[in-house]
Amino acid sequence: MITVSNLSFNYTTSAAIRFPEIEVNAGEHCLLLGESGSGKTTLLHLMGGLLRGYSGSVKLDNTELSQLSETALDRFRGRHVGFVFQKNHLISALSVRKNLAMSPYLAGLPVDQQRIVQVLDDLGLEGKADHRVTELSHGQAQRVAIARAVLNKPSIIFADEPTSALDDTNCDRVIRLLIDAASQNNATLVVATHDHRLKNKITRQIQLR
Amino acid sequence: MNLIILVWNYLKARPLNTAINIILLALGIAVIAILLLFNRQLEEKITDNARGIDLVVGAKGSPLQLILCNIFHIDFPTGNIKLAEAERIARNRLVKKAIPLALGDSYQSYRIVGTNQAYADLYKATLAQGAWWKKDLDVTIGANVAALAGLKLGDAFASAHGLTEGGHDHEEHKYVVTGIMAPTNSVLDNLILTNIESIWVMHEEHGDENADETHEAVHDVQPTASFKPSPLIPSIAAGDSVKEVTSVLIQYRSPMGAIQLPRLVNSQSSLQAASPAFETARLFSILGVGVEILMGFAYVLIVISGLSIFIALYNSLKERRYDMAIMRSMGASRSRLLISILLEGGLLTLFGSAVGLALGHGVLMLLAGMVEETQKAGITGMVFYTQEWIILVGSLLLGLLCALIPAIQAYRTDISRVLAGN
Repeated sequence: MITVSNLSFNYTTSAAIRFPEIEVNAGEHCLLLGESGSGKTTLLHLMGGLLRGYSGSVKLDNTELSQLSETALDRFRGRHVGFVFQKNHLISALSVRKNLAMSPYLAGLPVDQQRIVQVLDDLGLEGKADHRVTELSHGQAQRVAIARAVLNKPSIIFADEPTSALDDTNCDRVIRLLIDAASQNNATLVVATHDHRLKNKITRQIQLR
Repeated sequence: MNLIILVWNYLKARPLNTAINIILLALGIAVIAILLLFNRQLEEKITDNARGIDLVVGAKGSPLQLILCNIFHIDFPTGNIKLAEAERIARNRLVKKAIPLALGDSYQSYRIVGTNQAYADLYKATLAQGAWWKKDLDVTIGANVAALAGLKLGDAFASAHGLTEGGHDHEEHKYVVTGIMAPTNSVLDNLILTNIESIWVMHEEHGDENADETHEAVHDVQPTASFKPSPLIPSIAAGDSVKEVTSVLIQYRSPMGAIQLPRLVNSQSSLQAASPAFETARLFSILGVGVEILMGFAYVLIVISGLSIFIALYNSLKERRYDMAIMRSMGASRSRLLISILLEGGLLTLFGSAVGLALGHGVLMLLAGMVEETQKAGITGMVFYTQEWIILVGSLLLGLLCALIPAIQAYRTDISRVLAGN
């Protein structure tokens, strides 16, 4: 599902960051560990097609990302990849329902209202569809972000530090939700984190230095 | 879900900001719309009213007054001219048509005009009810006079001296309404037409009361074998040295008239010729200063609103950097973000100008409903000009222009950097 080989990336000023060979199979859950500055986010962005201009190879679903045009990459990302970030980045001008609807709309897929309700139910957000996102608690907002990531049934979900700002209880809850949501949708899950509390939740671990 | 919904929600999320931008632009557009509607209608009315009249010949005085009085009927006469002198002009070979006018009285501030059928024909007037005036003291009234002064067929009324209500009433003789004209959308709608002899009859008494005026009694002129009718007023003998009229409206036979006639007329000590085209152009150039100042004010408002929209979009984009990045991560292309920002600017100005145009028409409708003068002048808020499309399209372009820089910024959003750089 994800194949990274011989990958390195150059930020304009600093020296190139080299990444290890990575192979993640379909449906597999895996942890990307490393201290701050070790390049976790960069690697995640490279694998998610948010960052271009690398040397080496990144293949998702047997597609070499660097060979896609910018627009094709946007489309590919919208259909195959879901993201969960440390901050939720919901669009505050829109209701919960519309925030979720943006995901299929921007990916060029039909908007399925039933699916939206179902995903919200799965994540314990019944009845919140027409609330404004500013009315949600932090935990609820995080769950909306997860709902948005899985809505299009992506084959891969990338999560960047989803738990680092949470206490133990919520950390537990969020990682469980992520794992459950990924399993339900048969998605590959890659979590980049320096949060050691996650080490015993996901067994496959890749250490960056 | 689509971009319009997204943009609409963004606008709704900042109601005050959106409202102030729309209001600013709407005010500017409304001022322009009002000026456009008012000016265009006024110009149309003026050219319509002066159509077919190449020259006005009357007593010496202000040429502008001569035009305002004899064509638009909104000013006082400059004085009277001898019928015999008017005839000399009318007989000139360069004159195709000459229509005599005798002014002086009014009813409820609607002017009574002594003239002949040619004057009504000039405006292609048709009758709605009754018949044209035939005898002395018969009148045919304009559509507005019938509607606003409440005169009906067969009504008799006494005229008042001058053009304002409450002047000296000519109680001795009463006019009788014999016909009502259909609306012509011209100055005729506000006039009461009769023959010139009626005006003389009215003022004969008037003259007796006031010794300083030297009107002579009107005789019933019996046509005899030697009787040569006046070319202007057939009931009077040509060359009558006593009878007076206020003015003569002249239509040229050829363009040569425009060169020769005014000079010919003005060289006679007692007469003056004024060209409606020239005088109205002069009038507009005087009014034009005020219009231009208002226009300038409107443009300043529009520029400010453009600036305000630009600043609003620019600032909101800073807050929306993450929104942009997250939309990109969900599959939005760069150009889609660009379009969404342009759409936001365009939608704002489109709303603003639509509200502005509605406001402009509304104000004019209100004005027409409340101010009788506007109604008399035939100015309404219910006409639409093609220029209004230009205003709409222009403001749309303004919106796109204001949104261009923010949109390019959105286009250039570096998603990875924004998402990583918490």
